[in-house]
Amino acid sequence: MKRYDLIVVGAGPSGLSAAIEAAKRGLKVVVFDENEKPGGQLFKQIHKFFGSKEHRAKVRGFVIGEQLLAEADEAGVQVVLNATVVGLYQDKEIVVRIGEEIRHYKGDAVIIATGAAENMVTFPGWTLPGVIGAGAAQTMMNLHGVRPGKKVLMLGSGNVGLVVSFQLMQCGCEVVALVDAAPRVGGYGVHAAKVARTGVPFYLSHTIVKAEGDECVTGVTIAEVDSSFQFIPGTEKHFDVDTICLAVGLSPMSQLLKMAGCEMEDNPKRGGQVPICDEYGRTSLPGVFVAGDVSGIEEASSAMIEGRMAGIAAAEYLGYIEKEELETELTSLEKALDGLRQGMFAPKNRGKAIEKTEEGIDISTSLLKNGYIADDEIERFPGVTHRVGIHPVMECTQNIPCNPCQDACPKGCISIGANITSLPIVVEGAECMNCGMCVASCSGQAIFLVDEDCGDGTATVTIPYEFLPLPEAGTKGSALGRNGKKVCEAEVVSVKSVKAFDKTNLLTMRVPKEFAMKARFFKEEAAI
Amino acid sequence: MNSVNDRLRDIGEFVPAPDDDMLICRCEEITKGEIRKAVHEGMWTLTEIRRYLRTGMGLCQGQTCAKLVKGIVARELGVSPAELEPATSRAPMRPIEMRIFANEAKEGEKNE
Repeated sequence: MKRYDLIVVGAGPSGLSAAIEAAKRGLKVVVFDENEKPGGQLFKQIHKFFGSKEHRAKVRGFVIGEQLLAEADEAGVQVVLNATVVGLYQDKEIVVRIGEEIRHYKGDAVIIATGAAENMVTFPGWTLPGVIGAGAAQTMMNLHGVRPGKKVLMLGSGNVGLVVSFQLMQCGCEVVALVDAAPRVGGYGVHAAKVARTGVPFYLSHTIVKAEGDECVTGVTIAEVDSSFQFIPGTEKHFDVDTICLAVGLSPMSQLLKMAGCEMEDNPKRGGQVPICDEYGRTSLPGVFVAGDVSGIEEASSAMIEGRMAGIAAAEYLGYIEKEELETELTSLEKALDGLRQGMFAPKNRGKAIEKTEEGIDISTSLLKNGYIADDEIERFPGVTHRVGIHPVMECTQNIPCNPCQDACPKGCISIGANITSLPIVVEGAECMNCGMCVASCSGQAIFLVDEDCGDGTATVTIPYEFLPLPEAGTKGSALGRNGKKVCEAEVVSVKSVKAFDKTNLLTMRVPKEFAMKARFFKEEAAI
Repeated sequence: MNSVNDRLRDIGEFVPAPDDDMLICRCEEITKGEIRKAVHEGMWTLTEIRRYLRTGMGLCQGQTCAKLVKGIVARELGVSPAELEPATSRAPMRPIEMRIFANEAKEGEKNE
């Protein structure tokens, strides 16, 4: 039986991070993953990540995946793909299916980083072809280059539902509605806003009554639900769709740990059956560690830090590092993790209805209910100011741990301050030079450059634009408001795409000046 | 003894519902009605349900339906899903052909 110092199950963000830290400290490490490609979910993530520099904010997920693989390679981590772990037994014996054979391995330490699986909901017709998980849609689009359907209804307004809706539109699908049984949008407001302003209607307090079709999905009926999630008769709405996408949460894939005899608990806050573990991933079994979603559903950035912690803890468990080194390293990682777990969406605030920002400003209720900030709400946020000439307008209205915008501006126009969750403010006296770096750096696509009065009765609005084909300068069309409805005619002045923008194109449109603070998306004439 | 295991507890009669014919376990084609009925026939734990109906024992190994079945059984028993012990996890964790499962790699490979 082959022995390793450390066996990691799962080559996703947390598993690879754990393997890297352990290998760097001299452990002989192998990582098994059942997929044909490493990286877990990272390679499906084409959007820019949140956080600060240390969390690789504003870098797109798949690029982080590439960086992680290079780092693992350099550290001497052995990654075995198409290797399905089918059992974890006493004394950390691991049984793996590789090819047509079963192999046995023994690890002096084991880190389980198997991630999570998508939840499903049932409704009449839920087994029809065309009803798919949002993760499946992402796999089809971003790994295999296959468009999941033409007309899609998304169920679930968490970050997965919002991000995948946007990606569906990027790959050319029409998203006819975003539906959630909850009364409030579950994900980041900025993700909701970038979907809503393209014209996708949000139906909160609604859920699916049935999927229609004989051989495959041809339509869907939704209806409003009351506070006890019962359908309200007469509120049914029908949509012709060929695809229904479900983004209704994730469940940890923790069966290996249960099999091995780890103490488990059913913890709805962490997504279901999870091992009982300490903050560094130590389970009730000595030498068995966990990291990432398998120990509680969060997101990739925190999974990577948890992975690093578990890798270092495993190194200390096997005596490769001293206790002092463990403590110093973990303290700094803990700080990084703590940074991500701040703000309105922090795990500790899950399920709480937050009504005011940390600054004491009322949260936009329209954002939570409709997916966009209402025109009469936007002015109260500190990133929204007026001045003569071009200036940034930051429609960032919820406290989330993210700050790339403040480093993006070479002129220092934008400040978030020491507290990573603070809303960005416009610095008095700093001159905007219209470079666009802030627009491109905002992972939430919530920064606009506005010249409210060009002197000829018009205004210009520069928006982040991530759709193809790019309209050319001179293209005429409509400016859409935050709610995705047409507010006025608009003409494209320019479309800038430079390397530093990392594929976020900057589209500048000219609108009548009274619409400067309303126009937030551009649609070509023919597309309306 | 918690209420889940107290078999003397009266959970009432099986009442048919309009969505009883909805498939829950797709791999083994088990409907909601079958699961609900099984509870009234005395299957109060997920392990019993699994052995009785084969829910979660097909190709996906309960990846899709485990949570759904748990919810249905819990509702029928009038308890919170968190109170129900999940079914046993055992090898093979993933579906695997018997010819492969029985095909141990030869020892003697280099132990680097």
